[in-house]
Amino acid sequence: MKRVRAEILNVRKLGAYHSLTLVAPEIAERARPGQFVSVAMPVERSTVLRRHFSIHQASRRGGWAGTLEFVFDPKGQGTAWLADTKAHQFVDAIGPLGKSFAYPQRLSNCLLVSEGHGTAPIYFLAQELRARGKRVDMLIGGDSESRVFKPIEGKRLSQTVTIVTADGSIGEQGSIADALSSVVEATGAQVLYAAGPRRMLRSVAEFCTERQIPAQVAVEEQMACGLGLCYTCVVPVIRKDGSGFDNLRACTEGPVFNPARIFWERWMSEPRAVATPPEGFPVVRAWPG
Amino acid sequence: MAGVKHSLAVDLGGLHLPLPVVAAAGCFGTGRELAGLTDLRTLGGVVTRSLTYQPSKGALTPRVAESPSGIVTAVGAQNPGVRDFLAEDLPKLRRTGLPVIASVAGSSLEEYVRVASALQSEPGIVALEVYLGTRDEQHGGIPFASRRELMVDVVGAVSRLSSFPVFAKLSAVVPDLEETARACVHAGAHGLTLIDAVPAMAVDASRLRPRLGATLGGLSGPAIRPIALAAVFRVAQVLPGVPIMGVGGVSTGEDAVEFLLAGASAVQVGTALLVNPAAPEEITRGILAYLKDKGVASPGDLRGRLRTGGEGPEA
Repeated sequence: MKRVRAEILNVRKLGAYHSLTLVAPEIAERARPGQFVSVAMPVERSTVLRRHFSIHQASRRGGWAGTLEFVFDPKGQGTAWLADTKAHQFVDAIGPLGKSFAYPQRLSNCLLVSEGHGTAPIYFLAQELRARGKRVDMLIGGDSESRVFKPIEGKRLSQTVTIVTADGSIGEQGSIADALSSVVEATGAQVLYAAGPRRMLRSVAEFCTERQIPAQVAVEEQMACGLGLCYTCVVPVIRKDGSGFDNLRACTEGPVFNPARIFWERWMSEPRAVATPPEGFPVVRAWPG
Repeated sequence: MAGVKHSLAVDLGGLHLPLPVVAAAGCFGTGRELAGLTDLRTLGGVVTRSLTYQPSKGALTPRVAESPSGIVTAVGAQNPGVRDFLAEDLPKLRRTGLPVIASVAGSSLEEYVRVASALQSEPGIVALEVYLGTRDEQHGGIPFASRRELMVDVVGAVSRLSSFPVFAKLSAVVPDLEETARACVHAGAHGLTLIDAVPAMAVDASRLRPRLGATLGGLSGPAIRPIALAAVFRVAQVLPGVPIMGVGGVSTGEDAVEFLLAGASAVQVGTALLVNPAAPEEITRGILAYLKDKGVASPGDLRGRLRTGGEGPEA
């Protein structure tokens, strides 16, 4: 992990989202899919915390070598400021942070599931899986067409792409949960990866647990430091032996987790299911199964 | 000023720290997290996360909400419990070479005593800090900070058994701050840490919900610096001989100097460390620059140098 003063190469609007590319070779060289980068706000602003973004692209070779791209929804004060930055401005960036997705050794057919700007890190993962000879299929969701991130690039990176939107403005009308079963059958998926909002990740987790399909998910959790200092971004993760759970930091022990080991009821703050059940949790076999 | 030899070491009533900037409770980890991002030797010490006797899972998430120039947090003292801390975290902290101040927490007087006892004679630890932001389950779950006698009982019991100097960390909104500070010192506290996060809340109106899983939290960061300064100043006026660590929104050398002038002997850095891993180094450099500029030999010489009472607009 490195802290650098990185020059902005460009900022552009992509549907409802913005993409920002930094010149940050020290970070780009080490970055792997699922990892994130943190960007400081200018000191004169009243938004004090750094902002954390999943890495969409980290180019090690070619004309873009040393650049790093991330995608965000400019809906808060910090992201709105970032959307207004211009090329050649400098930002204080730290990365790469967090644990990356693991690649399967034997299994070959990978289904990548994402929603909203969760699709950004998934494309980075797709490239790395294809470079390892894996079959990649995608199931991409969003509220509407402007929130389906770069569908054309999805087609380029995968064998098949299925798009679902809540309003049917692009692809099928429906949710990821609705489409999951038919896409898994059509593609012969053996491994699932997912990134996006909590509710969607939970539907993937429940599906994979029921079908005994190994999976990994990258969570989106509110982080203060992103460095492992403050314990604000914790996710309740069931111990390997099922004897209980631990609140693990999404920034350093995640953001990639085995979804079968996330204690979803607690993470979703469902009031009656926040403690370890007396009989313990079912034991989950190690990924990738 | 020529001829003045500047030293940044500070003396907190016999507790010597090599530098005046200390990492505040719950903002440092174990030293490994910041490796490669900053030189840890720019810190004068580190306060641990608040330790309970049994492991604590902490509060439900979300645990942080941003607020203008500050953050509202409620971590709920997530920690591995004092025994696992001693076995796993303290050796890592010891490896940093930094003086360790252990933050003692509990949900009853007995728990504070058990935690403080477990920490006695552990090498590497130089002091205890009593965190009083929890609730007293033996008195119907009221906050310790809401009753002076509850705080004084805890601080007194920990001080009596401790071979380390004990700092009581007080909120700015305790009943009669000066009297509470004085009572803690009479009960045996060596010094005071001022202030704890200010009781706070954040609401998401669109969802009609609190922004924190715990509903209530504490505000920290630059937003509370003036509140912390006033607390340090008020207590230093009535207890001039008692060492004070000032904490609340320190992010620059100038901020730190303000606390030293108001009466603190050292400062703690919390929120700034979460945002800028190099904050301790920058703050220390800023303090040194100020000392040189004013021809003052050490941070301790700034204590009480604040000129109050209308005369002389310029130094």
